[in-house]
Amino acid sequence: MAAAARMTGTAAPRLAATLLLLAAWQGLALSGWLFQDVVPPLQTVLGGLASVLSSRDFYANAAITGAELLVALTAGGIAGVLVGVALGSSRFLSGAFERWVNYLSPTPKIILFPVLIMMFGVGVGSKMAMGSVSCFFPVAISIAAGVRGVDPALLRVGRSFRATRAQTLRKILLPAMAAPLVNGVRLGFGVALIGVLLAETKLSNKGIGFMIMEAYHRFDMPRMYALLILAVAFAATVNLLAGRAASRLGGQHQGTLR
Amino acid sequence: MRFAAPLSGIMVLLALGGLLQFAIQMDFISVYVLPLPSDILASLPRLVAEEGVLGRFATTAGETLAAGLLALLVGLPMGLLLHRSLRMRAAFEPWVAALAAAPLILAYPLFLVLFGRSPATIVVIGFISALPPVVLKTIEGFAATRRVLLNVGRSLRLTPGQEFRKILFPAAIPQIFVGLRLALVFGLINVVGVEFLINLGGLGQLINDLAERYDLPGTWGGILCVVLVSIAFFTVLDGCERWLRRRA
Repeated sequence: MAAAARMTGTAAPRLAATLLLLAAWQGLALSGWLFQDVVPPLQTVLGGLASVLSSRDFYANAAITGAELLVALTAGGIAGVLVGVALGSSRFLSGAFERWVNYLSPTPKIILFPVLIMMFGVGVGSKMAMGSVSCFFPVAISIAAGVRGVDPALLRVGRSFRATRAQTLRKILLPAMAAPLVNGVRLGFGVALIGVLLAETKLSNKGIGFMIMEAYHRFDMPRMYALLILAVAFAATVNLLAGRAASRLGGQHQGTLR
Repeated sequence: MRFAAPLSGIMVLLALGGLLQFAIQMDFISVYVLPLPSDILASLPRLVAEEGVLGRFATTAGETLAAGLLALLVGLPMGLLLHRSLRMRAAFEPWVAALAAAPLILAYPLFLVLFGRSPATIVVIGFISALPPVVLKTIEGFAATRRVLLNVGRSLRLTPGQEFRKILFPAAIPQIFVGLRLALVFGLINVVGVEFLINLGGLGQLINDLAERYDLPGTWGGILCVVLVSIAFFTVLDGCERWLRRRA
């Protein structure tokens, strides 16, 4: 009950803020201060959304971007988990290599795109590689921190039961890592999506990123807004669901702001 | 002993470079996939002398600083405003947090339409990505002011202005600086990314340029430069923050 009351307490101002922002947009669009093509009124944006969602083109391109994203998450995620476990469980490896992971982590990954094109071609391969590289770092860092954060008491219990290395990994480390894994993948998903879509805007002939660029070149602003809204909504939904899953698994909820 | 691990890390990386050099020279890997590591190193002086890496660095750094300062100028009052009014905070803080998580750089074609292919586009995208951390950390900083300090202020009958200058603001400075550091980090990432994407400006454009000329060793050299610059940038910011914390 208390939670519900708090919800309604903040829901009203939140709703008001949303309406205010939408009204401000509409006012700006109708005022004529900016070109109406650039800031189109809401009904035009909604029209763009409807036309994008009802076109077959959109679903074909979304499937390609989705497949690229899936491969990127799988490849980057597995590599990230392996490296993360290695860095987290060995003090020596962490001392030797973790600083390099930390150094590379915040540099803009998109600048690797030209060399990824040379390695994986101009097609979907370079986009998958772009997403994988982006996804790798948050997963590896989150898993390494997760492994180090495992309660030492659990490890001592394991040792007193004479658990083998494999048993320690399976029975203690893996369950304790569920939350950091979900959190790492959540952060990795965000950057992988950005990596894949940016790569598509830079050089491609299919995918959602390509559609955004196409809309830009045709100056079809409602279509561009619609695609951007869909991309952001998709990212926000996955982010929200994964965040809930992570907090249900009992891990501390790491935000995007460290 | 303290240096054993980092040293062996560097040795492994060097060995890996040597192995790649060998594999490429033996044609196991094509030079068009991966240029010779020695060629990449050899390209570095050329990048400095002919491609004006230092000038480009100044451009990128200037755009990043402009974005960070704008974020500070706008974000600080915004954070204060949201801190002052509970209702405003409930209404707008989720939006700011959503902005922090949104894949904003994707909207770069939109900003191209609004601001043209100009440094303004780069600075504005950097500014918007730098804004949320400043606002959120400013709120955090003000909200975390110790109750007892505020009570002391009240018992001394400080005016609201005095309370802000003498108590709230000094107490919030460390968090505000955390926000500024994040703002500059996000700013740099987005500035370099957009420079690369729209082929304009500093270090990001250099890589695009070299790649379009199929200067592969140069492209790798350029990437190396960006990585070095970001490492230096982040290390300096970290150092500043630590220094500030020790004084606080």
